[in-house]
Amino acid sequence: MMLRLDNVTKVYKVGAFGGKAFAAVDGVSFDVRQGEVVSLIGESGSGKSTIGRMILGLTSITTGSITVDGVPVKAAKEYYRHVQGVFQDPFSCYNPVFKADRVFRMIKDSYYPEVSGAEWDERVRSTVQDVRLNPGQVLGKYPHQLSGGQLQRLLIARALLLDIKLLVADEITSMLDASTRIDVLNLLAELKERGLGVLYVTHDLSLGNYLAERTVVLRNGTVVEMGLTEKVFGDPLHPYTRKLLAAVPRLNAPWEDAEPTGVCRYHAAGASGPLLEAEAGHFVACARLGDCPR
Amino acid sequence: MTAIQETPAKDAGAGVRREALYFALRNGKLLAGFGVVAVLFLLGFAGPLVLEAADPNAYGSQPMAPPSGEHWFGTTTFGQDVFAQFVHGLRTTFVVGALGGGIAAVIAMAVGFTAGYRGGLVDEILNMVTNIVLVIPTLAVLLIINAYLGVRSVPAQALFIGLTSWPWAARAIRAQTFSLRTRDFVALARLSGSSTRKIILREIAPNMSSYLFMMFILLFGGSILIASSLDFIGLGPTEGVSLGLMLQNANQWSAMQLGLWWWFLPPGAGITAVVGALYVANVGLDEVFNPKLRET
Amino acid sequence: MSLRVSELRVYYRTLKGDVKALDDVSFTMRDGEILGLAGESGCGKTTLGKSLIRLDGRMRHMGGTVELDGRELPIGDDRRMNEFRFHEVSLIPQYSMSAMNPTRKIGKMVGELLRSRGVTLDRAELESRLDLVELPRTVLGNYPIELSGGMKQRMVMVISTLLNPSLLIADEVTSALDVSTQKAVAKALTGFRDAGFVKSMIFVTHDLALTSRIADTIMVMYAGRLAEKAPAGVMVTAPRHPYTKLLINSLPEVGVRYADKKLAGIAGSPPSLLDPPAGCRFRDRCPLAGDECAQEPPVAEVEPGHFVACWKA
Repeated sequence: MMLRLDNVTKVYKVGAFGGKAFAAVDGVSFDVRQGEVVSLIGESGSGKSTIGRMILGLTSITTGSITVDGVPVKAAKEYYRHVQGVFQDPFSCYNPVFKADRVFRMIKDSYYPEVSGAEWDERVRSTVQDVRLNPGQVLGKYPHQLSGGQLQRLLIARALLLDIKLLVADEITSMLDASTRIDVLNLLAELKERGLGVLYVTHDLSLGNYLAERTVVLRNGTVVEMGLTEKVFGDPLHPYTRKLLAAVPRLNAPWEDAEPTGVCRYHAAGASGPLLEAEAGHFVACARLGDCPR
Repeated sequence: MTAIQETPAKDAGAGVRREALYFALRNGKLLAGFGVVAVLFLLGFAGPLVLEAADPNAYGSQPMAPPSGEHWFGTTTFGQDVFAQFVHGLRTTFVVGALGGGIAAVIAMAVGFTAGYRGGLVDEILNMVTNIVLVIPTLAVLLIINAYLGVRSVPAQALFIGLTSWPWAARAIRAQTFSLRTRDFVALARLSGSSTRKIILREIAPNMSSYLFMMFILLFGGSILIASSLDFIGLGPTEGVSLGLMLQNANQWSAMQLGLWWWFLPPGAGITAVVGALYVANVGLDEVFNPKLRET
Repeated sequence: MSLRVSELRVYYRTLKGDVKALDDVSFTMRDGEILGLAGESGCGKTTLGKSLIRLDGRMRHMGGTVELDGRELPIGDDRRMNEFRFHEVSLIPQYSMSAMNPTRKIGKMVGELLRSRGVTLDRAELESRLDLVELPRTVLGNYPIELSGGMKQRMVMVISTLLNPSLLIADEVTSALDVSTQKAVAKALTGFRDAGFVKSMIFVTHDLALTSRIADTIMVMYAGRLAEKAPAGVMVTAPRHPYTKLLINSLPEVGVRYADKKLAGIAGSPPSLLDPPAGCRFRDRCPLAGDECAQEPPVAEVEPGHFVACWKA
């Protein structure tokens, strides 16, 4: 068990003088194992990005715990040697006034000051090749001279230069074109073959389904359903998961066909409850699970 | 959100800085503004060396002489050479501007970056301090300080100006930092193990370098104006010459009534030229750094 | 024939030269047709949508004509276009959240907007349209900030179509929305067409699956040119242009998994439109490219209503 979230909650103070509390994440527990991609799916406001940022130590945890190999999250250099992130907007991830490959230089300065310049350059070149880029085409350029897909791959390469165990990929393909995003996704899938754990945060159900071994569906800061991807997508139990799946546009099937018709009579009631194990490894937060006519 | 432009701009090799230089060299306001400042600067620094006149305040034998070949700008009631005073005064003016503006800029950056990046309680406290200094009636405080301590030297005057004129700049930097720190490259720098100080100096500050530069120019011009006003009302340094002091003396000895226009015109024009040219250059810089304002 | 675009060229003026964002595009639209305009970023789809209503400051009309209901649109003349905007051609912008004045209540803003166009507000009509997009009538008394993203998008839709324009351009209207809201907005769009509020509609998007759900015809653009135009069903099942084929094959449908079927993207990137290469612009990335592709392929009608610009189609 590499990454483990245990009853994690994030409360923001809102309103004048922080008088009101708003729980962006409310009692979330799940884990990511070695060599596995877990997709964290949710709509805007579900708290999925907040969870990603908490794992990376960029946002504090209100209660609960997040550990990586038993070590709690710490916004410190040693933690980041093993846990790294890639974010949504590739252009926002690069300081526009510097060349793009400065992200590699920063890693060297912080973690490998003893490595010689020539050896480091060699490492960078081979890692850049690992993410299917041509070093000659991408090194020494400014961010605006590179495409979104190239920039995201460079950021994955940056993470690979470290001794990483876990990569948090937060909506990394949502700003990419269809013809390039699939290659970035395939790259994430290859990472798990190297034994890394990947948390893929996304709002796009079809991409999550394509990539992940396991899926966690979030709604308003709580987990509504999680389990093996083929179970969650093939046999969704929670009405919210069903509604989401039915709303995904498909190339060859009309929406109406995908619409659940009377599958769940509690649909309108907004069924929610404690997370229960419906079958081995498939958890659903539905109070009426027992009544479910499956 | 639309997908990002996937076409790499292959021929955009010029880079941001090159582009800024391209526009800078074609911006009339900027060139004219900096041109005037440069000429006056040279005059202020080279002039006193060339003139050799040891003391610009030395009394001469020809009082109240109009401009002539011997005395380019004429002389005062006491026979002092106005041109000698003018070039020495320019030098003082630049020193006050650089020192006062520099001190103010350093404080503004320290406060603005810290408040904007840290946020929370630190921001609240620094913001409160900034607002307090902002509403202090600067002139009244300087009057009191001067009455009790006496400002006797140019550096002391610059220090007082610097200590009181930073707040607006600090607020502006804070706002900019606030918007930059949420950008993902700052998060990425944190994930690279960079310290807060390094992130501010190496990630945030370079992004607003143009902004900081313009801010310094405004603070520079502002310091000159404040110093001149202080000198004019008699709160200036008692030693040396400054353009403001020249104006004060001219006023005190009724140069206007006596028709000695050459006494008050050069220092007045000098102050106006330096400050005006700096502001014009600043507008030009704004156009260079902000593509939306470019005329082309 | 409600819309006829012939050999339209629109370039962007930049310091480095003209970016040929729209280079010789021709197509027609029937009355009542929803045209899905798809393609990747930089393909010219947004430029095309904008050209039909308002060229922004850097855009230059370099040639070609646009005819709407038999009248030529003076697209290069900002002032003369004014009489067509809103009345004949209307636009739903991508970021509707910033399209409404935050300091005005929505009802008041709509009234002011119509008055500026010399029209008085028909309250009953407005309310019936709100019902159609399932917005409560009380929204007229709200400020824009009180509405969710999907509600704002639908409100802007109602406003844009109040004068029953002949042509409605919806520019990436669903891209910033969650899937479930996306569906509601898309359905409301088809509802508008069915109710006759707009005669025809251009739905600009980068999402092929979504387009295939609501459009009658899909037009795929590549690097400023038309690549393929076909009825929606034909486009997703039997595309002829190699670019369309690869693009559709790179889409993971629900049910497709990496472990079972590894999809592939399209290697390379589109050419720079500052100085596009001669011939077919997809040539460099095309697996079928041959010698004839050095010549620009003409747009040919391979079947009735199915146009392809490819020598190999």
